[in-house]
Amino acid sequence: MPVEIDGIMNTKPLISLQGAGVQQNGRWLIRDVDLWVNPGEIVTLIGPNGSGKSTTMKAAIGLMKLQEGKEFKQPNLRIGYVPQKLTIDATLPMSVHRLMRLAGRYSDALIDEMLTSVGMKDHAHSAVHDLSGGEFQRVLLARAMIGKPDLLVLDEPVQGVDYAGEAELYDLIGKFRKQTGCGILLISHDLHVVMAQTDRVLCLNGHVCCTGTPQSVASSPKYLELFGRQASSSLAVYQHHHDHTHLSDGRVLHEDGSITDHCYHEDGHHHHHDHTHDHTHTDGTGQENAHAG
Amino acid sequence: MLDDFFTRALVAGIGIALCVGPLGCFVVWRRMAYYGDTMAHSALLGVTLSFLFEMSLSIGVFAIALLVSLILMGLQRNRSLPTDSLLGILSHSSLAIGLVLVAFMTNLRVDLDSYLFGDILAVSKTDIAVIYAGAVVIIAILVVMWQKLLVATLSEDLALVEGFRPDQSKLVFMVLMAAVVAIAIKIVGILLITALLIIPAASARRFCRTPEMMAVCASMFGSIAVAMGLFGSLEFDTPSGPSIVVAAMLIFGVTLMAPWKGEGGWK
Repeated sequence: MPVEIDGIMNTKPLISLQGAGVQQNGRWLIRDVDLWVNPGEIVTLIGPNGSGKSTTMKAAIGLMKLQEGKEFKQPNLRIGYVPQKLTIDATLPMSVHRLMRLAGRYSDALIDEMLTSVGMKDHAHSAVHDLSGGEFQRVLLARAMIGKPDLLVLDEPVQGVDYAGEAELYDLIGKFRKQTGCGILLISHDLHVVMAQTDRVLCLNGHVCCTGTPQSVASSPKYLELFGRQASSSLAVYQHHHDHTHLSDGRVLHEDGSITDHCYHEDGHHHHHDHTHDHTHTDGTGQENAHAG
Repeated sequence: MLDDFFTRALVAGIGIALCVGPLGCFVVWRRMAYYGDTMAHSALLGVTLSFLFEMSLSIGVFAIALLVSLILMGLQRNRSLPTDSLLGILSHSSLAIGLVLVAFMTNLRVDLDSYLFGDILAVSKTDIAVIYAGAVVIIAILVVMWQKLLVATLSEDLALVEGFRPDQSKLVFMVLMAAVVAIAIKIVGILLITALLIIPAASARRFCRTPEMMAVCASMFGSIAVAMGLFGSLEFDTPSGPSIVVAAMLIFGVTLMAPWKGEGGWK
């Protein structure tokens, strides 16, 4: 499935699973799962608890062995990974900055830049144990991104992050994809929330229940069967792409830093035309998308 | 200078404390206290076998400790029992086999006490050479592997994905632990090696904000405990190993009283 990102065509997937099955204690955790992530593509895994989302992800990056099927990984693929659960023992003294340096030999300037992009620069010298769950997630995300990976693998990257922060982090992930052209495989912590830029959703339930664009999955009969009719109306595709802010004087600050008098789609500042809700009106402080531009 | 048995014990003890400090930190960080215990308990079997096959004590202890680690790794892959149960089985089985073998060797008089609790009188110049050569190698390996070991401590999955080879780090760690047990046995004795691994590291935690600092700090506290313990042992005619551990415990007690701002501390 060829994907075009910023003019680059690439048809070879970064990683793929074919008819993958993983067995534990005689029980199939997943079976007959096909998955592939192309460069520049965002693939989101959703599914109920125990449906094999993490197993699929781990199998795809070689953390779990397949008992069935085939796996493929491009040679020398650089992967940035945020595991679902990472607890640093309280006995291990570790500052945010030190944790970033553990990812490799990066300059202080680059570490600062990455921490700034996730809004954690002020915490650079805090101990990781003093961070809230959401703050720690942001640091882990920055850590995963710092090596400019070919593939970002995020197991519930926004867990513990509040609603506004969630939108920000999803925006950040989307931006990172645009800038670097990396592929992204992510598990959505919230079944009904799938980020806007997702190219493909895989709905799992031990096997691939249905797959396609977020919209097509939401209306798929199998999805409805799995999650009930009520759920269908609540598969909220995350479309809050805040690419501009309304300033207090009525003018509009765009993502590229320019300021205009209006925010019409025709003004050339909008790159995404599939949004149902592509801007928010803030109180003029610009807080809601302070990360943009 | 090294002609005096007490000076020899002191020099040897400090050499041990220096390399035990950083390893002890990993034992604490990885919650592997029981693993250290198992290594130490298996050492008696190593001692017995060294006598049986007339080889160097350090090599016998090292080989058995390493063998027990490898058996543990194999059993862990099996996933049939939780690790603490496996450690319990290995720890006490190897200790018991060691004791049974000692009983069989009637023609050989083994001073069991000196191996269980350490014996300062027994430290020779050769021992000092072995200890310092071992310490240099252990610390050098730690320095080279530091980053890998730390990432593997954070998360084996993360280390594997980022290409840090956690299985390799684990193996290196096991070899280092076996080596430390082998060289520490004469001074602190089999039963108390774990204490020397854990107590100085635990005492260091409150004062340190980086892993490296904690490792150095643990070595320092360990050295102080060795010095205090040995002087106490000489003064009150007590066994060296327990005296060192009592000293380490006293240091830990004092550190508990130090003011603590709570940043990055226990939760």
